[in-house]
Amino acid sequence: MNEALTLISFGPEGWGDEIARGVLITVSLALASLPFGLVIGFLVALAKNSGDASLRNAANIYTTIFRGLPELLTLFLVYYGGQMLLNEIARLFVTGATVDVNSFIAGMIALSLVFSSYASEAFLSAFRGIRHGQYEGGYALGLSRGQTMRLVVLPQLIRLALPALGNLWLILLKETALVSAIGLEDLLRWAGIAARVTKEPFLFFGSACLIYLALSMISSIGLRRIEIWSKRGEAAR
Amino acid sequence: MSWVSTETLPARPAPPARQDGWSAARIAGNVLMALWIVAGAYLAYYLASNVMSDYVRTYWDDYLDGILITLQLVGTSMVTGALLSLPVALARSSRNPFVSGIAYAYVYFFRGTPLLAQTFLIYYGAGTFRPFFSDLGLWWFFRDAWYCAIFAFTLNTAAYQAEILRGAVQNIDKGQWEASSALGISRLVTFWKVILPQALIVALRPYGNELILMIKGSAIVSLVTVFDLMGETRRAYSRTFDFQAYIWAAVLYLVVVEILRRIWERLEARLTRHLKRS
Repeated sequence: MNEALTLISFGPEGWGDEIARGVLITVSLALASLPFGLVIGFLVALAKNSGDASLRNAANIYTTIFRGLPELLTLFLVYYGGQMLLNEIARLFVTGATVDVNSFIAGMIALSLVFSSYASEAFLSAFRGIRHGQYEGGYALGLSRGQTMRLVVLPQLIRLALPALGNLWLILLKETALVSAIGLEDLLRWAGIAARVTKEPFLFFGSACLIYLALSMISSIGLRRIEIWSKRGEAAR
Repeated sequence: MSWVSTETLPARPAPPARQDGWSAARIAGNVLMALWIVAGAYLAYYLASNVMSDYVRTYWDDYLDGILITLQLVGTSMVTGALLSLPVALARSSRNPFVSGIAYAYVYFFRGTPLLAQTFLIYYGAGTFRPFFSDLGLWWFFRDAWYCAIFAFTLNTAAYQAEILRGAVQNIDKGQWEASSALGISRLVTFWKVILPQALIVALRPYGNELILMIKGSAIVSLVTVFDLMGETRRAYSRTFDFQAYIWAAVLYLVVVEILRRIWERLEARLTRHLKRS
């Protein structure tokens, strides 16, 4: 028992500081993918909600692809495919040049793609929950389309989409574990290295699981706070 | 003199054709569709020009084996998971706080941690308890990546399916229980014959989603040396460094997922046909 405590403690004997660095990478990867995923997801939802059939189809193809591919495969496609593409481009200018794709960036792109295709569905169903009178009321007050979207629709949209987006955030947090497969030194990667070096796999993978669990618990608490905040206008009713 | 005019008025000219114009949305839509069509055509051309290549001839059988392994893995763990989810769901809604607490912890753990970490924990972590498993005569099970993957996937999907089942059962109106008990039907028979059939119809869609998620999630077993579709892809890529390995895998995964989704939609339509109003 004491040995186990030494192994996961901080300092030269233990793996605590390495794992803490891994946690930092995991969390920052999830946090870095979130804004891109949200913005792309919102735009895709707008496209799916548009009156124009070609725009709707284009958006539907996007979600069909990224919701049908395994996340791991998307990651490999972005990582190896991006590397090949960049090398081809670099060779146009410098012969024999090689470009290395940063695994953090590749992970961020892949996770944003997957997150945005799911988020677009969340936004779309939230759009369906807003009655048309809200838009018409906005236009009647002389607001432009952009202003109506920003000042009237968006605040209600966030409230409606928040539960689904919260779930997607928890899924995103778990999906970051996949980047350990392309060599990014996240929580799971460090746990794997420590397990191999110390020959204590159960201890380290178990700790990694518990850390993921703690991260989702913290997220759930935060999400509940945000949800309460988003509903603060409803309390009076 | 007649007050009624004998001549009819000339027909009015047709209204001008509606000016649809090229709104920003329409331009964006057409540009994006054009991009997709170009990309799709290029992909089709790329695949068609490679269908007869050495790569495909060498690895096609491996890909088919991989798909079979993936389907087998998902099928086995979905079915065993469904069986396991029933007691978990029952325990989760038990009145005994100890029983429901354990079920809640189980569900919370498996839904709150990544499937990849769970698979690693079981596959690599089992080594820590090797003497213990050897004594029980279970070491052959935990030594094998295939069994470990099935075990991890079963535990994972059982947690998700238990929540689906519980949600669906809770969704059934309380009156159904009351009517049954008024008829003197025991609780067990009520659950089996009255509640469960109705709950499963509600649960059909989430079950379909879970199936798709499992197909996609099963790609990670390639990281613990199981050669499913993803595993075969990675092996082929590491031998040839030919990027079409991943392109073929992507196409195959999309096809499998799309076929399963269609089948599930048919199934759902068939099973809920008595609820349709036409």
